[in-house]
Amino acid sequence: MDIFIQQLINGLVLGSIYALVALGYTMVYGILGLINFAHGDIVMVGALVALAVAQALAASLLPVPLVLLFATLAALLVCVALGVTIERVAYRPLRRAPRLAPLITAIGISILLQYSAALIWGKQYISTPDLIKPEAFTFGGAQFTDLQAFIFLLACTLMAGLLWFIKASRIGRAMRATEQNAEVAGLMGVDTNRIISFTFFLGSAIGAIAGVMVVLYYGLGHYFMGFMLGLKAFTAAVLGGIGNVAGAMLGGLLLGVIESLAAGYIGDLTGGVLGSNYRDIFAFLVLILVLVLRPSGIMGQHTSERA
Amino acid sequence: MNRRHVLSIVSTLALALVYGCGKETPPAPKAEAPKPPEVMTVKIGSASPLTGPQAHIGIDIRNGVQLAIEDLNTAGVEIGGKKVKFELVAEDDEANPTKATTVAQKLVDAKVAGVVGHFNSGASIPASKVYADGGVPQISPSSTNPDYTLKGFKTTFRVVAHDGQQGPTLGRFAVEKLKAKNIAIIDDSTAYGQGLADNFEATVKSLGAKVIAREHTTDKDTDFKAILTKIKGRKPDLVMFGGIDPQAGPMVRQLSELGIQARFIGGDGMQTPNFIKLAGDAAEGVMASIPGLPKDQMPGGKAFLEKYKAKYNAEVELFAPMGYDAVFVFVEAMKRAGSSDPAKFLPEIGKTDYKGVIGPIAFDEKGDLKNGPITIYVVKGGKWEPLETVAPGAAAVAKAADAAKDGGAKK
Amino acid sequence: MSNKINNLNKYRWLAYGALGALLLALPFIVDATLGRAWVRIIDVALLFIMLALGLNIVVGFAGLLDLGYIAFFAVGAYAYALFASPQFDIHWSFLVLLPLGALVTAVFGILLGAPTLRLRGDYLAIVTLGFGEIIRIFLTNLNRPLNITNGPQGITLIDPLAVGGIALNKTHILAGFTIAPVHGYYFVFLAFALASIFISLRLENSRIGRAWIAIREDEIAAGAMGINTRDMKLLAFAMGATFGGVAGGLFASFQGFISPESFTLLDSIMVLCMVVLGGMGNVGGVVLGAVLLTALPEALRYVGPLQQQWLGAVYIDPSDLRMLLFGLALVLMMLFRPAGLWPSSTRRRELSAEEDMPADEKAHAG
Repeated sequence: MDIFIQQLINGLVLGSIYALVALGYTMVYGILGLINFAHGDIVMVGALVALAVAQALAASLLPVPLVLLFATLAALLVCVALGVTIERVAYRPLRRAPRLAPLITAIGISILLQYSAALIWGKQYISTPDLIKPEAFTFGGAQFTDLQAFIFLLACTLMAGLLWFIKASRIGRAMRATEQNAEVAGLMGVDTNRIISFTFFLGSAIGAIAGVMVVLYYGLGHYFMGFMLGLKAFTAAVLGGIGNVAGAMLGGLLLGVIESLAAGYIGDLTGGVLGSNYRDIFAFLVLILVLVLRPSGIMGQHTSERA
Repeated sequence: MNRRHVLSIVSTLALALVYGCGKETPPAPKAEAPKPPEVMTVKIGSASPLTGPQAHIGIDIRNGVQLAIEDLNTAGVEIGGKKVKFELVAEDDEANPTKATTVAQKLVDAKVAGVVGHFNSGASIPASKVYADGGVPQISPSSTNPDYTLKGFKTTFRVVAHDGQQGPTLGRFAVEKLKAKNIAIIDDSTAYGQGLADNFEATVKSLGAKVIAREHTTDKDTDFKAILTKIKGRKPDLVMFGGIDPQAGPMVRQLSELGIQARFIGGDGMQTPNFIKLAGDAAEGVMASIPGLPKDQMPGGKAFLEKYKAKYNAEVELFAPMGYDAVFVFVEAMKRAGSSDPAKFLPEIGKTDYKGVIGPIAFDEKGDLKNGPITIYVVKGGKWEPLETVAPGAAAVAKAADAAKDGGAKK
Repeated sequence: MSNKINNLNKYRWLAYGALGALLLALPFIVDATLGRAWVRIIDVALLFIMLALGLNIVVGFAGLLDLGYIAFFAVGAYAYALFASPQFDIHWSFLVLLPLGALVTAVFGILLGAPTLRLRGDYLAIVTLGFGEIIRIFLTNLNRPLNITNGPQGITLIDPLAVGGIALNKTHILAGFTIAPVHGYYFVFLAFALASIFISLRLENSRIGRAWIAIREDEIAAGAMGINTRDMKLLAFAMGATFGGVAGGLFASFQGFISPESFTLLDSIMVLCMVVLGGMGNVGGVVLGAVLLTALPEALRYVGPLQQQWLGAVYIDPSDLRMLLFGLALVLMMLFRPAGLWPSSTRRRELSAEEDMPADEKAHAG
């Protein structure tokens, strides 16, 4: 039982990172109907920028929280600038083009970001300087660290804040209006271009924080780390119902738990025929099953357009 | 109309080319040196990934080869009574099987006397066919897949222990020296990692230890919590990982975060300085094996390390000593045969008995390195320290290797 | 008048004849001038022409973005390798195996197509990407508990193409010509590539091809016009997959060794780049794209030493530079020349801004 709880904790922490990244996909999809393939790589850039800043400051005598703060701020700044620029340069001119065009552009941007990062930071795995030493706690036979708890709680706080923001604030209302019907929203006085820019701004900012979390949690960064993470997060977004912010959170947590439990128990359940080597397949299987059986996801509403 | 124009231009060009070529063909065999010059130039090829994610290891090999050639040229070598100058032809195979065959063909075209390469087994294996067709001997400094020498080519050699040699020795060490009884094994689903882990598994089983979990990850993953948690539930006293440092580092970290109190052991792929950086404090006490004697105990090893450092201003990554020795194996064979013609000196390579930087080098009939010593390192005070050198015991290891072949990869 | 046409035809046949002669002589010319390694590069380029043409059926004709296309190449290669290697000690002839590979990949194409029929472009892209990864993960892991694919170790000693005891992996002397393995494979690959071009061209102007284009332009309208969109899409997947499967079988016999690392997502993207850069939907453009993108990385090899020579150090890895250029090219192409370097006529009209289009032409565009 304690092993089961342990797997659950593993899954929830992993899932909260998926959820944060999934938010970026789902918000952009909600407003533009575009899969921003490059979002995973924006997270990667955030992670590597934070890593570089932390490395540069680790030798200085600054206190650790301050180093982390600077690293996070740098990541936020770079990611937000990237996200907004990419929308402006690569997606906006193609808003009226056939669907294939922005999708291929997004793939191109993703490749560009990866290999620019490889050029700047090299292709080796970079280790995070030892800034924090996670303290381990035991809970019901399962062990977790304060870092894991911190990541999970921060993710939950961010998500709750985002939900509130979209529901209650003026910009949030404008975002929802643009999502429902950009043209009418424009007629009602909403500057849709600015709202779209802002969506990218918000998604990239949350992505940057997710990137910092990944670096802290796993202790390393790599130019290709955004690819799989992005794919999993996208799956999470689809699982929860793409375009739906609460759904992305639920989907992320769910996917993390599914993966952990599957990797942990599939070998015993199938008598050794399948093993943990099939772990990555679960995300894709979930994706295909959801798309085929219930394309609107768990919490999605409008199905007509997607079918 | 436009199309017609294009076609007619193409056709004229084509005719011109065909015509021109017909005239050019006869003087083709000009390349065979017209007059025997005073100094004979012999080209040695090097093929490894010089770009891409594995470039650092590929460049390391190239550097080793280059260093050997410079040393030979400084010392002056005579083959069959003629002074010889060696020349390096380095090619980049991008660690890509398709590119590897192209590069191999390039080296054969360039009429190299021998090739040191490739790095990856996935590149060495398809390339070995091209070298065999071209009659060019190939010594891989680093490909550990047993299949590499199973094709029966006379041109194929390696100066590194293959997975069937390192895995069993590691397994014997784990059971006999570490007294491990409940062992968990993880591999990274690559040819290298899985080969090592399979051979390790077969050996420890044959020695009576229990394999309580056999898990897999990938060479891109960094989250191992799920499989490690599963392993934790089985209470192992030893965790073995077949794979390389980017996974081994975070894995050791997560192992300690989960509070698993087991020893951790792996192969040469994680015996790198980067592993210690990635694992942080958790690296302490981790063990890894590497074929050969400890670097500073190698005959001439210390001198080699110093020379390497002085020239490239970098530490040896992994396979530079093997690349260095491979060149000397070629040249010794040339000296014995009195010729730098591969057709003449090829039979001599099989008879090699050379004391190299990595230890004694001799080949078995397949072209594999005859069982050499393997050294176990341990992380102590944030550094890899040699723990002990294990001579591969003949009987037990041979049996285990057979068992691995029957029970492991090929079923 | 008829005289003129005759003349035109005469020129055309002359040109085709010359082109044929050039293609026949090409490996020997290249061998004598640039070296045998370049013959090998041309061989690989021919394989990629087949792959790109296969993907073009799915992406270019039918407008279904497939990001996991290399999976079919892999399936074809493994279908060949498993039955022509010591893996199971089965050694069937390629005359059986290539059609079998085509059949198997066609089935895989339908397997992928069937559940994804209802999905729109961007969803389809992700699902196909996942499909490609799933195939690769299976190839890597189907070595336990029962060893089928030999896992990451790959399959080695794959039989070469051989007819009646004449194997293509040996050097033959024919009428004074030395025919090395690379030359032999060149002619086989050339024949297959030409057949692929021919089939693609005939498809484009067939009922089926027009149905695909109609679906690409407007699926609902196509359905309303009586086109069975479901069957047509499945057919596109199956046809496209077949090309990849045959190319895969040829690749396996050519290399003599395959392992899952030859079939990564990067390779899928590479093939997609060929189709997009050359010109989606236009056979000539796709061929151009395949040739360019196979030759470009080889040419970029010289960039490394040049940097060393001029700047004293290698600042940009040639392989990085290649990927940066690919990424940049994809973006710039979509922004400024969405129809590709050599666009098909319909595609150009469709992808250019609608305002530029005269009304009557717009009506005919579909």
